[in-house]
Amino acid sequence: MLPSTFDYVAPTSLDEAVQALAAGAGDAKIMAGGQSLLPMMKLRLASPATIIDLNGIAGLDTLEESDGMLRIGALVRHADLERSELIAERYPIIHDAAQRVADPLIRNRGTFCGSLAHGDPAGDWATVALTLGAELHAVGPNGAVVHSALDFQTSMFETQLGMDQILVEARIPVPKAGQGSAYLKIERKVGDYAAAAVGVMIVLDGATITEASIGLTNVGPLTIHAAAAAASLVGKSIDAAAAIEEAGRLAMEASQPSSDLRGAEEYKKDLVRVLTKRAVRKAGARAQGKEA
Amino acid sequence: MSDKVIVTTTVNGEEREATVEPRTLLVQMIRESLHLTGTHIGCDTTSCGTCTVLLDGRPVKSCTILAVQANGRDVLTVEGLEGADGLSPVQEGFQEEHGLHCGYCTPGMMMTVTALLEENPHPSEDEIRKAISGNLCRCTGYVNIIKAVHYAARKREGAAA
Repeated sequence: MLPSTFDYVAPTSLDEAVQALAAGAGDAKIMAGGQSLLPMMKLRLASPATIIDLNGIAGLDTLEESDGMLRIGALVRHADLERSELIAERYPIIHDAAQRVADPLIRNRGTFCGSLAHGDPAGDWATVALTLGAELHAVGPNGAVVHSALDFQTSMFETQLGMDQILVEARIPVPKAGQGSAYLKIERKVGDYAAAAVGVMIVLDGATITEASIGLTNVGPLTIHAAAAAASLVGKSIDAAAAIEEAGRLAMEASQPSSDLRGAEEYKKDLVRVLTKRAVRKAGARAQGKEA
Repeated sequence: MSDKVIVTTTVNGEEREATVEPRTLLVQMIRESLHLTGTHIGCDTTSCGTCTVLLDGRPVKSCTILAVQANGRDVLTVEGLEGADGLSPVQEGFQEEHGLHCGYCTPGMMMTVTALLEENPHPSEDEIRKAISGNLCRCTGYVNIIKAVHYAARKREGAAA
């Protein structure tokens, strides 16, 4: 299958890319990994007049900590995160998700930021970014713009990213003392979207949860921020079974799945409940150094 | 609009040039312009992995990359596996252990496995299964494919010794 015809632009600087995007007047698309965009173009679900390929721009593959933030550049591939020792040591939720995004071949090409910009509620990285409170740094004709991962998606496949903006980097606060995190995903087979997946980040002071954040994947029209479930954990002990049970129930209440080939609505809701409980416990064990 | 572009790639160690439309997929350029038909098109929807080639050493789905994006890069296809002294250890493993039935997935499977063994010369069964989880085989049930990879790992070790 061939995509529709398009003009191909390969800028070598961000300035050029921003100009090309503006010149595209709403009918140009940015391509990083292309692992969602190209299939959509082949199926003619998308037929942009211009493709602006970021792959020739140097400096967009930054993956490092600086000034209290983990920086993930626009050309950092899923596989880069999967293989990173820094990620494996300090960001277990990213390490978990990196092994479960799509399949190993797609992971060699697709990017973290591209997944966010794609705005798919089935995307694993949107949940991870939301759970970790990422700042999404974009650039447009009027300069730099910062979006929050918490409310980045506005509707299915729509985000706050302006048509003239390029998502350049995600910045994630470095872990605090006592922080633990986890991402648990149920998929029918490798490469499928999640039937449901849950991301959890907690901070412990001793056994007491002082901070919590929970995100849900593919169980609603948007990536879901299960704020009430997270808030219910604060002040509770990580060993309090009833508190974790309640967080699971509240996360389930926040989910809005629909029945499809991946399962019935009731099944998916229960997945959210169970995965939330497991992810909270796993994040807790990691925060206490009991589990990698 | 969408004027043709000249793409220069190193394919199997040899510099090759093709004139393609920007919308031409890498797999189409490989098969139709360079006439290397060992790389197969299976699902054509980024699912099956039979079109796998190595782009700068990493296995990728050539149906989901534009040919123009391979400009100036290094591409290895199944035709490039065989060395001066015959089949590569991976090819030999698939032959000796009968790691195929219909053979349609085999080129992609061998490319993924070739990259795996470069990175991890002694993969466990679990690591092999994970590595080939983006390459679908609908005949074998994967058992003989895994044997083929173990064979290739042993063969490579023997060759290196």
